[in-house]
Amino acid sequence: MALDLGTMFGRNTQSGDAALEAAALRSDRFRQEREGDWQRLEAIVTRMEAGRVRKLSDADVLELPVLYRTVASSLSIARETSLDAATLAYLEGLVQRAWFLVYGPRVSLGGWLRRFFGGGWSAAVRAIWVDLLIALAAMVAGTVVGWVLVAHDPDWYYALVPGQFADARVPGASREVLYGTLFGNQGQDAKSAFSAYLFSNNAQVSIMAFALGFAFGVPSLMLLVQNMGTMGAMLWLYHGQGLMVDFAGWLAVHGTTELYAILLAGGAGLHVGRSMAFPGQLSVMQAAGEAGRRAAVVMVGVVLMLVVAAMLEGFARQLIDTTAGRFTVGGAMLAIWTGYFFAFRRVPQGSAGA
Amino acid sequence: MSAAPASLRAGNDRLRRMVTPEGIELPITLASRGSRFGALALDLIFIGLAMLATTIALAMIAGGTFGEIAAKAHKTAIEHALEFLFIVWIAAMFLFRNAWFLYFELGPRGATPGKRMTGIRVAARDGGRLSAEMVIARNLLRDIELFLPLVFLLSASDGGDMGAAGIAATAWFLVFALFPFFNKDRLRAGDLIAGSWVVEAPKRKLESAMSVGEAARGKESRRTGVTYKFGDEELAVYGEYELQTLERVLRENRPEATVAVAEAICRKIGWSPGSGDERAFLEAYYTQLRARLEAGMRFGKRKADKFDGKP
Repeated sequence: MALDLGTMFGRNTQSGDAALEAAALRSDRFRQEREGDWQRLEAIVTRMEAGRVRKLSDADVLELPVLYRTVASSLSIARETSLDAATLAYLEGLVQRAWFLVYGPRVSLGGWLRRFFGGGWSAAVRAIWVDLLIALAAMVAGTVVGWVLVAHDPDWYYALVPGQFADARVPGASREVLYGTLFGNQGQDAKSAFSAYLFSNNAQVSIMAFALGFAFGVPSLMLLVQNMGTMGAMLWLYHGQGLMVDFAGWLAVHGTTELYAILLAGGAGLHVGRSMAFPGQLSVMQAAGEAGRRAAVVMVGVVLMLVVAAMLEGFARQLIDTTAGRFTVGGAMLAIWTGYFFAFRRVPQGSAGA
Repeated sequence: MSAAPASLRAGNDRLRRMVTPEGIELPITLASRGSRFGALALDLIFIGLAMLATTIALAMIAGGTFGEIAAKAHKTAIEHALEFLFIVWIAAMFLFRNAWFLYFELGPRGATPGKRMTGIRVAARDGGRLSAEMVIARNLLRDIELFLPLVFLLSASDGGDMGAAGIAATAWFLVFALFPFFNKDRLRAGDLIAGSWVVEAPKRKLESAMSVGEAARGKESRRTGVTYKFGDEELAVYGEYELQTLERVLRENRPEATVAVAEAICRKIGWSPGSGDERAFLEAYYTQLRARLEAGMRFGKRKADKFDGKP
């Protein structure tokens, strides 16, 4: 409430310059001399907070840090000399608001993406290599477990493979049926809607694999094992009819990218969980914070990789109808990703990653 | 001896201190759980409305496309158009679910529309920059904290009865929902991972200066023609706490409070209370008390409240 108390009582209607000479207290005169700067800063801050940065003149933008420091020093002086609680609270609030802008996230989205692709992403991936190895081991183990279980007792197949994949691809299916699921579909339209759905679904699963790392990484590992168990079971099915290589090729087109993304997501989740379980020199909070920020960079990349995977799955797989061709595409993608993550070691400008 | 405004907020367990790179200590108030819950509820409503509006708009376009092309009886064109709309719809739903919080919290205000309306924002816990990585990390966790158990709960209760799955989903949901109650900084699981916290966004207007009134400047009151002048002993009875209380009374300017406070001060300093000119009296007393206390401050002598300095 900025009511002019004086006018309500019918006296003291003078303002401006008259008031400047009028204040009885030294601390109020101090305030009156600097009020102009405070209000200029407040105007700039208010406009920036409203997102109208472009409407600010260059002079205003340049003046922000200067005014911030002026007002910050006003606050330190006022704390030592003034007992006007309302003014102190105003200054504290104003300095805090300006501080958020001066020291706020200054990179634009574009700038952040440039840094992300220019080395921030691959650096973050390399930083969690231990967790990637653990996640990879879990994935291999999951595949083996799926295979062994189904080989032991084919009924496991129905438990491991969700209904949507088990249309014609069930134990006992003939070679022709299984062959038909892998080849001869190039006449179909590109399944763009299907791939959009796949992307949305897979992205949600990988976000979950990451987020579950919060519980010390154990659920992330379980999710990896479970998903790869499905693959192991299906590999066994095609192997039974001598189609394993063809199935692997069919899977490789998008699978190298998609499984890579799932590996990264699981590794990222594991990284957070492991940092919380074994924080080392840092406090648990600090360790969790640093690991979380590093893993977040990896996760943005995971979502992008899944977009690529969904496009490969929706389009490329229908176009290429030979196993050799499919392996070429899948292998090339694998080489590209690995090369980008582990051979591309440019250090991005500024502090990327954590 | 703490800084002056802090004495008014003493005992507030939401108060934290942050030191800027310039070495200035700023008080930061953590957002209350109620306002955070309110902000989340508002955001979910907004997201729901945005999803609904997008779906209706796309459905209407789809209906229009259908009529348009059905006239020409071109079947594959219809399919392509509908397929394209379906992709747009999936992408839009994905973005609303995952990018809403990201986009707004990366902005200059560090707050989603819901947070803006409840007056709170996201900040870095260590007092440094709020980085894009932090915002991403804290919002990815939202997926398992909120959306996953909700979806799970909806599908579990679909059949009409809440089985073991429903109970598990509820337990899961509660673990994360109650997380802010079990740490002193009221962190959500996502805040813990990201190294962020949610604080109140201050927005205060600059109030008018207090010592510009005529009575404050030592002139005679216009109503009674009296000049209020207080002696040293009469000013020595109060400290900074009472001064700030008096400031609040003067700024709020409620007549009954003014009268009551004026009478209390008169009793304390042994004046006989008159009536009708309480405000001028209080302004004069406030100004002279503040002048005295601030003069003491300049010499490093502070008096916290009326009990300070007594044996």
